[in-house]
Amino acid sequence: MPTSANTAKQHSKSAPATQKTKPSLTTATMTKLSLALSAILVGSASAFSLDMKAQGGNTRRELLQKTAGLATSIAVPTIANAYSVPDLNYPFEALEPYIDAPTMKIHHDKHHVANINKATEGKPEVDILELQLNALEAVSLRGPAVRNNGGGHYNHAFFWDEMAPPDEAKKTKPSSELEAMINKSFGSMDEMKAAFEARAAPGALFGSGWVWVCVNQAGDELKLVGTPNQDNPLMKGVADEVMFPILGLDVWEHAYYLKYQNRRPEYVSNWWNVVNWNKVSENFAYVKEKKAGVPVRG
Amino acid sequence: MLFRSILAYIGVSFAAAAIELPDLPYSYDALAPSISEKTLRTHHSKHHAKYVNTANEMLKSDPSHAKLSAEKIIQDRKVRANNPSLFNNVAQAWNHAFYWKCLKPNGGGQPTGKLMGMIERDFGSFDALRTKMENEALTCFGSGWAWLGYDGKNRGHEKLVVIKTSGAENPMAFGITPLLTIDVWEHAYYLDFQEKRGDYVKAYFDTLVNWSFAEENLKSILPGHEEL
Repeated sequence: MPTSANTAKQHSKSAPATQKTKPSLTTATMTKLSLALSAILVGSASAFSLDMKAQGGNTRRELLQKTAGLATSIAVPTIANAYSVPDLNYPFEALEPYIDAPTMKIHHDKHHVANINKATEGKPEVDILELQLNALEAVSLRGPAVRNNGGGHYNHAFFWDEMAPPDEAKKTKPSSELEAMINKSFGSMDEMKAAFEARAAPGALFGSGWVWVCVNQAGDELKLVGTPNQDNPLMKGVADEVMFPILGLDVWEHAYYLKYQNRRPEYVSNWWNVVNWNKVSENFAYVKEKKAGVPVRG
Repeated sequence: MLFRSILAYIGVSFAAAAIELPDLPYSYDALAPSISEKTLRTHHSKHHAKYVNTANEMLKSDPSHAKLSAEKIIQDRKVRANNPSLFNNVAQAWNHAFYWKCLKPNGGGQPTGKLMGMIERDFGSFDALRTKMENEALTCFGSGWAWLGYDGKNRGHEKLVVIKTSGAENPMAFGITPLLTIDVWEHAYYLDFQEKRGDYVKAYFDTLVNWSFAEENLKSILPGHEEL
C-alpha cells in the first residue's frame, strides 16, 4: 500500500538525471505490471535508484526514501517510487453479467496500465495520494500527465477494490454509521442511488469522467461529485473543497461500451449489483477518522 | 412575445430550421472493416440522433436560441457559459454531421490543388500534416475531436491549423473554420479497436478520409467567399 513509509534501500547521489526501467511483466496474464524510475534531478536535489524485489513470483514495489527539502517541493515533487497496477481481487469474469469479462480485462490490462506508463514516463513520483492533491497546479510545471494519468491510476485502483462478484456483493451492506450518513445526506439509500444515477447520466456527466460519493471536509455530510476525465475530488480545485471519495463510478465509454454501447444509464443501474458495501463502509470509516483519501493498492 | 412564448411552450417551434439528423452519405456497412456496421449504426442512429433530439427539445422551450443557426449557437460564448447542455448537444449534432462527410468508402490518399499547396506551405509536407493530426488525435485526453482548420483571423496571414478540442467543442468557437475532423470519442472506435485509438486513426487516414470534402470546405472560404 503506498504510504510514506521509508523503505529505501539505496540512495545514490551520482545517479544519472533520468533513468527508468522498462515495464516488467511478472505474470503471464500481464495483470501485474511494475515499473520504476529514478528521480529527475531538480536543482541540487539527489536522484535515487530503485530496488525491485521479486517475492514468490510477485514483484514488490519498494518505496524510496523521502529526504528533507524534497518533501517541501509540491509542484515539482522529487520523491520517487513506482506505481503498479494491482491484481484484481476477483477474476475478469466475476462481475458478469453486469460487467463483462472482455471489458474488465481490457480496462485493467490496457487502460489502467497505460495510465501507469504515462504517469511515470520521465517523471519523478510521489505517493499517489499526495499526487492527487496538487495535480491541477502541477500541470503547468510537469505537463498534464500527473493530473490525467496520476488521476487515472488512483481512480482505477480505487474502482477495482470497491467491487465484488454479485453473489458476494449482495451479502454486503453499509455499516450502521454509513447508513445513518446516507439517510442524513440523501434521505435514504434509494434516494442516494437515484441522485447518483442522475448525476451519471450522459447529459449530466458529459463526455468522459467519474461520479463519486464523497465525505466533505467537515466530515458531516456525503456529497455527490461528477468529475471530468480522470479528475477526482481529492484534487484541489476540482470541487468547492477537497473531498474524500468512498465510492466512485467510471463512466468513460471504455468502462461499458462493449456491453452497453450508448446505454450508459443501464450500465449505471446494473453496477449497483457489484458494489461491495463492506468496502465502501471501510472507506467511509477511514476517511472519517483520517480526513484523508483512501489509500489504494499499487 | 408572450404569444410566441406560449406557443413555444406548447411545442411550436419558431426555429428557422430545426436541427436535423442527416442520412449518412453511404450505407451503414460501407466503411467496414475499418468502421464496422455496428459502430456506424450505433454512432449515427443512437448517439448522433440523441444529440439532435435533445438539442431540438431544448430549443423548443428556448425561443431566444431557437432562432439561431447551429453555427451561431456554437460561436456564442454566452450560450457556452450559461447553457452548456444546449451548446453540447447543438455542437455534437453539428460535429457529427460534419464528421460523416469527412469519411467515405475507399477513402484515403492525399488532397490535391489549393489545399495540398497550403498544406505544404504551412506544414512542410502532407506527411507532416498527417503526423501532426494523428498526434493531436492521440493526445486528446478523454472525449473529443481532432481538426484540420483554416485560421483566417489574421488577414494576410491566413493559415491552416491542426487542433484538438474537448467534449463537444468546435474550432468555430475560436474563429477557425473546420475543414476536416476525426471523432476520438471512444464510441467512434471502441467496438472495433478498443483501447487502440492509434489503429483507428491510422485506418482513418489510410482507408476512410474524404479529402475532396476538405477541398470543398476550403474553396467555400477562399477569396470571393471571405466573409465566413
